Amino acid sequence: MDTLLELLKKNARESDATLAKKLALTETEVRERIAAYERDGVIRGYQAVLNQDRIEQTDVRAVIELRIRPEREGGFDRIANRIGKFPQVESMCLMSGAYDLLLFVKGQSLQQVAQFVSAHLASLDGVLSTTTHFILKTYKDQGVLMEGVSHDDRLQVCP
Amino acid sequence: MTTVSKSAHDFVSPLVRDLPKSGIRDFFDIVASRKDVISLGIGEPDFLTPWHIREKAIASLERGMTRYTSNLGMPELRQELAGYMRDTFRAEYDWQTEILVTVGVSEGFDIAMRAVLSPGDEVLYHEPCFVAYAPLIRMAQGVPVAVETFRRDEFRLTVEELEKKVTPRTRVLLVSFPNNPTGATLRREDTEALADFVIRHDLLLVSDEVYSELTYEGGRHSLAAIPRLRDRLIFLNGFSKAWSMTGFRLGYVCAPAPLTDAMMKIHQYCMMCASSTAQMAGIEALQHGAADVAAMRESYHLRRNYIVASLNEMGLDCFMPRGAFYVFPSIQSTGLDSTTFALRLLNECNVACIPGTAFGACGAGFLRCAYATGMEQLKEAMDRMAAFVQRL
Repeated sequence: MDTLLELLKKNARESDATLAKKLALTETEVRERIAAYERDGVIRGYQAVLNQDRIEQTDVRAVIELRIRPEREGGFDRIANRIGKFPQVESMCLMSGAYDLLLFVKGQSLQQVAQFVSAHLASLDGVLSTTTHFILKTYKDQGVLMEGVSHDDRLQVCP
Repeated sequence: MTTVSKSAHDFVSPLVRDLPKSGIRDFFDIVASRKDVISLGIGEPDFLTPWHIREKAIASLERGMTRYTSNLGMPELRQELAGYMRDTFRAEYDWQTEILVTVGVSEGFDIAMRAVLSPGDEVLYHEPCFVAYAPLIRMAQGVPVAVETFRRDEFRLTVEELEKKVTPRTRVLLVSFPNNPTGATLRREDTEALADFVIRHDLLLVSDEVYSELTYEGGRHSLAAIPRLRDRLIFLNGFSKAWSMTGFRLGYVCAPAPLTDAMMKIHQYCMMCASSTAQMAGIEALQHGAADVAAMRESYHLRRNYIVASLNEMGLDCFMPRGAFYVFPSIQSTGLDSTTFALRLLNECNVACIPGTAFGACGAGFLRCAYATGMEQLKEAMDRMAAFVQRL
């Protein structure tokens, strides 16, 4: 992977000036390369990684396993794209193994998520079964540990 | 008859009494007394030891592996080290007779000096350099002879300067690249010239290559890779910098059997063996740690680019060092001497860098900045430093 992408993946808020110095490029070159990645759809967005337990909110999150019947034309794609349109679905992947789609879903309450599953997922043509697991606590998200902020306990000066 | 009894002070040997304290130590005391300092004075990686290496150490403790090991070090570790030397430097060392596991590179250097020096023997070493060499040479009753390196050579050691200092009493040449504090590395032609020099003067060569894994470009030119040096080379290396394992205190020495045997004599009496936990961690690092080193190297590499660009931008001349995690900018354009600059930077901006003079007289006019620190801190330090230089 391009180092520029790796750096943005780690910290999307890094300034163009800093990126330029690190990569020995000019700021204009950095801006152009980022623009090209955005244009080509390589970069799809920029988001903060939040510790859900530290913010005042009552959202609940669930992981849902979906078994679906692949279609003659298009396999899993049509139904996956359809499910992906629901704003409750935060992430979705096609999996190997005992089920087909894995969904990360957000809702305001257990009931709301349950309602979403029964009304919008289970009833969908082609969905064979659903299994819902509610998330109790997130320890690590996108490579970031949620607790134990690292502190530098090295001696302040050493040879 | 009246006798005056000795005070505790009188029991200290003249050799140790006259040993100068490290200039870094003085600076440490000043920095430690202040709060909220951003320190670029830390000669230590900022990464934690990779988890799988720590986990291996923990597992060894759980299994009760807390006994003495073989004096030379665990056979499995020495076999791994022999393989590492072969793969990395094309250097063949017999794990049974030519590799000794030490408590850090400092012990390796200490026992090397004690094993080869007789009182009055001269040791050539280059400055600016790591602070421990000259004191340890003195403790082994040798005479340290400093050879200067210069900004114009990007602080590489030249035979021209060595020839000025070599005498009939010279017994050892000590070389340490990639270099702390300058970040300098050797080119292939430098290593060949140094090899010719030590053979011409029939010297023993001691090469401390603890930063060799942190070489960013230009290739790694180890003195261990030169076959004609083999019988006169003591090669020192360790795990601290490459795998971020400073607190494990784990190093090793590779040398022909008679020299290893001589160092082993001292090691077995003063150390017995390196920590068994650290040795287990070392095995894991060698077996499964290559990707960690590559990732850390890349991270230092980007930070180096950032700090060198920033320093030059603020008008502090700084060559692009190819190794270690230090930059050594000149502060001569500011008109201040190294110590004044460092003290004012600390007092006025809360940024700590080490005056170049802590690493030898020829470090005057320079500053050591370690960039093994978080990017946010590095950025803040550079912003404060730029504002400081602007004000001067």
